[in-house]
Amino acid sequence: MSASQILLDPTSERAPVARSLTARPAGLEGLTVGVLDISKSRGNVFLDRLAEQLGSRGVRVKRYRKPTFTRPAPTALRQQIAAECQLVIEGLAD
Amino acid sequence: MAPLALPPTMSPNAMNPLPDGLIVVVKRDCPTCALVEPLLLELAMGRLPLTVYVQDEARYAASLPGGVFDDTLERSYRLGIEFVPTLIRVADGREVARTHGWHRGDWREISGRQDLGADLPELRPGCGSKTLDPGIAEDLLLRFGDSGLQSREVVVGDAEDDIEACYDRGWSDGLPVVPPTPARVLRMLAGTTRKPDEILGMVPPDLVPCTVEKVAVNAVMAGCKPEYLPLVLAAVEAALIDEFGMHGVLCTTMFAGPVVIVNGPMARSVGLNSGVNALGQGHRANATIGRALQLVIRNVGGGRPGELDRSTLGTPGKYSFCFAEAEDPAWDSLSVERGFSPEASTVTLFAGEGVQGVVDQKSRTPESLARSFALCLRVVDHPKLAMAGDALLVVSPEHSRVFIEAGWSKARLREELARLLLLPGDEMVVGAGGITEGLPPAVAGTQVPKFRPGGLIIVRAGGGAGLFSAIIAGWAASGPVGSTPVSKEITA
Repeated sequence: MSASQILLDPTSERAPVARSLTARPAGLEGLTVGVLDISKSRGNVFLDRLAEQLGSRGVRVKRYRKPTFTRPAPTALRQQIAAECQLVIEGLAD
Repeated sequence: MAPLALPPTMSPNAMNPLPDGLIVVVKRDCPTCALVEPLLLELAMGRLPLTVYVQDEARYAASLPGGVFDDTLERSYRLGIEFVPTLIRVADGREVARTHGWHRGDWREISGRQDLGADLPELRPGCGSKTLDPGIAEDLLLRFGDSGLQSREVVVGDAEDDIEACYDRGWSDGLPVVPPTPARVLRMLAGTTRKPDEILGMVPPDLVPCTVEKVAVNAVMAGCKPEYLPLVLAAVEAALIDEFGMHGVLCTTMFAGPVVIVNGPMARSVGLNSGVNALGQGHRANATIGRALQLVIRNVGGGRPGELDRSTLGTPGKYSFCFAEAEDPAWDSLSVERGFSPEASTVTLFAGEGVQGVVDQKSRTPESLARSFALCLRVVDHPKLAMAGDALLVVSPEHSRVFIEAGWSKARLREELARLLLLPGDEMVVGAGGITEGLPPAVAGTQVPKFRPGGLIIVRAGGGAGLFSAIIAGWAASGPVGSTPVSKEITA
């Protein structure tokens, strides 16, 4: 579609129109944190340090890497992250 | 079906101001409008000012100073035009006379020109106004009128796909839904004479008041035609009858969902399938009416699987389960059995599970076939359980013929089945047959009816070939403890 359009809400309208973010966990205990490097230059420097910090606090960390920052993550990678992690840290810029 | 509400004939301040004199509304595409085109020049030179609104293109009467291309159709809409040509006379900002088509006497009287159209035939009917073309009327009402719609508007972003947007907002049962645009909802509401703000009842599990409009929004999403809306409204109303226990049907860990059985002339007029593959796919009315009910429960009631819908396995019928009875004069229809007149159209809701086939291709006597049915019906819930789930027995035409030719009514079949389904308690008790599941030891030595009184429903449906029938087991909490089948007449 090319232009915005209006739909009528089919629900009881108890929830706000703007969708809320997924609820944040109270802590990281027992969870797996995915660290996704999108292949942006030097992003790995920052992410390496983050992974190190998380690991030193006993948090389970898994590393992932997108082939290129210019395209969305491949479907298989997204599915793998979703299956293996409860949280993801992704660097979006230099 | 109710026509869309037309705007009231224009009041002096609705189109500010109404031009005094004569107004002619035309469409170049209309032969009668072409017929009167030469007369407009005569009218333009007369005493009364002339305004011509052309609906389809500017070339009509292009040389007239009073010609207006009504490309948005706002003028035509506000004037409440149903036909072209329409001639209106306005005095002091108020409409005082109107005619449509070409009628020489009327045109002469309204225009005050007694010589008008002497060469033309006396009468020529006009054409329909473009404002009433399919798909246009709703858009005009939305743009220039008061649609009266109350539902919250959700703006879909430029880059969003509208069907994906419905998924993202959790409105879908898993299949794509038709995006509920205001125009589609207005078209759907034209399928009923009921007011959009009428409240049908409180929808479980959230117990939220449900309006006709909210049902229409969900019926759009389900893919219904407007003519299905009265059936959907009746199905929703039936689901809200306390005896049906929709809250429990939704929340149970068991399989059940509402099975919608339609009887009467409306089933045929909307094309509900009662024949080949009656319980299967392929018919829009069957697929969407049942789905609309489920979407109302999901979206208005908040009944979503994994939340308050706790079904362990569910059943494919929870997407949609709706069919019509293949009524036969020799057997009372379900609707008649439940006290309605044969002319009434009704929906009956049954809290049902999946379809279990009954294959009996050899029985040619009602006694033998009834025994087959009884043996298969023992399996409902568990062969060692009784008085728990109801059952819906769907008898195919070839099977029903065996009974009808032998003079067995539906009631007779039900009586015979009740007799055949008095089961030996000794076989049913806990531990019997080496199976721990079963009835309490107290039933040993007695006969136990498989179904509670009224717990076996029989309908006729299916294609003409096949000595097969079907059992749809009911929720194991059937009857007053959980769900009792309910019926509702389809009105408007």
